[in-house]
Amino acid sequence: MPQLTRVVLAEDGVLLREGLTGVLSRFGFEVVAAVGDGPALLAAAAEHRPDLVITDIRMPPGNTDEGLRAAVTLRRERPGLAVVVLSQYVQEEYAGALLDTGDGLRVGYLLKDRVVDVQDFVAALRTVLGGGTVVDPEVVRRLLRRTRDPLAALSAREREVLALVAEGHSNSAIAARLFVTEAAVGKHVGSILAKLDLPPAEDTNRRVLAVLAYLRG
Amino acid sequence: MSTNEEPWQARYLLTAGPWRALAYVITTCPFAALTGMAVGTLILPWLVAVLRLHDGRMLEGPLLFLMVTALALFAGLGPLVAIPLAAVERGRLALVDRRPVRSGHRAAEPNPVSWLRLRYTEAATWREVLYAVILGLVVPVVYGVYALLALIDVACVVSPLFAATGTDSWQFGVFTVNSTAEAIPLSIFGLLFVPVLAHLLGLISAGQAATARALLGDRDGAALREVAQSRARLADAFEAERRRIERDLHDGAQHRLTSLTLQIGMARLDVPEDSPAAAPLARAHDEAKELMVVLRDLIHGIRPQSLADLGLPAALRELGGRSPLPVTVTVADGMTRPAPHVEGCAYFVASEALANVVRHSGANRADLLLAQTAGMLVLEVRDDGHGGADPAGGTGLTGLADRVAAVGGRVLLASPEGGPTLIRAELPCRS
Repeated sequence: MPQLTRVVLAEDGVLLREGLTGVLSRFGFEVVAAVGDGPALLAAAAEHRPDLVITDIRMPPGNTDEGLRAAVTLRRERPGLAVVVLSQYVQEEYAGALLDTGDGLRVGYLLKDRVVDVQDFVAALRTVLGGGTVVDPEVVRRLLRRTRDPLAALSAREREVLALVAEGHSNSAIAARLFVTEAAVGKHVGSILAKLDLPPAEDTNRRVLAVLAYLRG
Repeated sequence: MSTNEEPWQARYLLTAGPWRALAYVITTCPFAALTGMAVGTLILPWLVAVLRLHDGRMLEGPLLFLMVTALALFAGLGPLVAIPLAAVERGRLALVDRRPVRSGHRAAEPNPVSWLRLRYTEAATWREVLYAVILGLVVPVVYGVYALLALIDVACVVSPLFAATGTDSWQFGVFTVNSTAEAIPLSIFGLLFVPVLAHLLGLISAGQAATARALLGDRDGAALREVAQSRARLADAFEAERRRIERDLHDGAQHRLTSLTLQIGMARLDVPEDSPAAAPLARAHDEAKELMVVLRDLIHGIRPQSLADLGLPAALRELGGRSPLPVTVTVADGMTRPAPHVEGCAYFVASEALANVVRHSGANRADLLLAQTAGMLVLEVRDDGHGGADPAGGTGLTGLADRVAAVGGRVLLASPEGGPTLIRAELPCRS
């Protein structure tokens, strides 16, 4: 029997904390600690050395960005630790702060709305655990809508592909979603990278980071 | 006061004006007499000194001592007498002037030491002392001259009586009265002079009232300042209430709704796709998700969390990101974080202005600029629309100006027909 994924969960809303614990247990995660504030999250992570940390951004004691700061601290201490933060609203700077930790891999930034689509949420967690990067589609959409001349050069299809790339999907996943061949996706990506003046690279996550870094500019 | 009660009006004598003036002047007398005695006593040594110097004599030790003592008494005790006197005088002013007159004193703590310190350092107090001096020195002289005129007039009027009783001859300047017949023109003149005296009395009381209003009223605008402060307090209370509502919604409704939606999501996993419950459950799940979006937008509209968490620049960038138009947000370097109520106000201005741009301007894009200069937070919202924005046209721009005025700032608008429109809000960052 494979080792269960050990999770530390931080969420100040008791109902949601219990709901998330239920979801995680059902999908084969072991919730070793479920806490309600930033300091407790740091303590629990130090004690249990989990594989994955899921935390709300806004938590006591300050009710501002305690969860995010705890996540950034944890990532600095253990660069490979998988961390997914949940946010009540889209805030690109939060996403940026998180992606700037470590090499930007094994992190996720999701809107809280996303957890209610249970299967998508669990898929996102698995992507992060598998070494991927997940950025909420809403954040990506917001970033893409910013008018920048290089982005204006992209065709509608290329924007669509870029959004999916930024969300961390592989070429085959994108091909499946857009009902095109993988080769076509590869061509689009090459064209996007060329138009954005980014050197081509094979690693999916590097692409995400490059695109996000460019967009954050 | 109706206009024909003024002593320079022709119908003055037919109004209550002269009677009011009489009441005012008569009730002034005891105060003027007492103040006059006190002030007179205190300036006596100085008067003597002036006379001596005038005669070329030296000032002696005892006189110098008296002069210093009088001055010390005047400066030390003057305000303690002048302040209650001024309160009475403001009340008495209602006899001739119905416009309310407000004390220029600032509100003081009940603690006597701080009360004294505040009162002795206020300009309002020393204006009241000046009023007391005028009341004690000028008013008796004016009243005395008037009393003399009145006495002469009475003598003129009654002169035929005295002539008839055979009293000696009367001498009025070059005019000599020896008999009743000769006294009659004098009496007639006396009677004709009565209305003049009545008008004169009105003028004297009006002059005194004007002096009292000028010296005892609120010329520094302390009352206005208090109004402005109370408006700022109201705006703060409103802001605090918004925060409370936002927090309540976030900590209560939003959490529970998220949890509920999650539970439905879990339930969907256990319901087979061909079950009759599957479709209604999916609909319920979708509706709950839509409700989450609605609630989040609602809470965001009350007060964006990013404003509290990350400050104004980040909140403005987020605001720009949410706008259906492309919005460029430029933030000057070296910004220090202003007070929460200023931040809230600036955010409100930006949000309202952008909403106006989207709704009315026909613009393709907007620019948002945030800067800080000399204790002033400056926010500019510029669009490339067709212009012609008019504050008289709706409540949006005036509401914006009101909100900014409540924190002591101002809004400037440039919106020529054909565009572009520029709204600039200047908010004081330091109180």
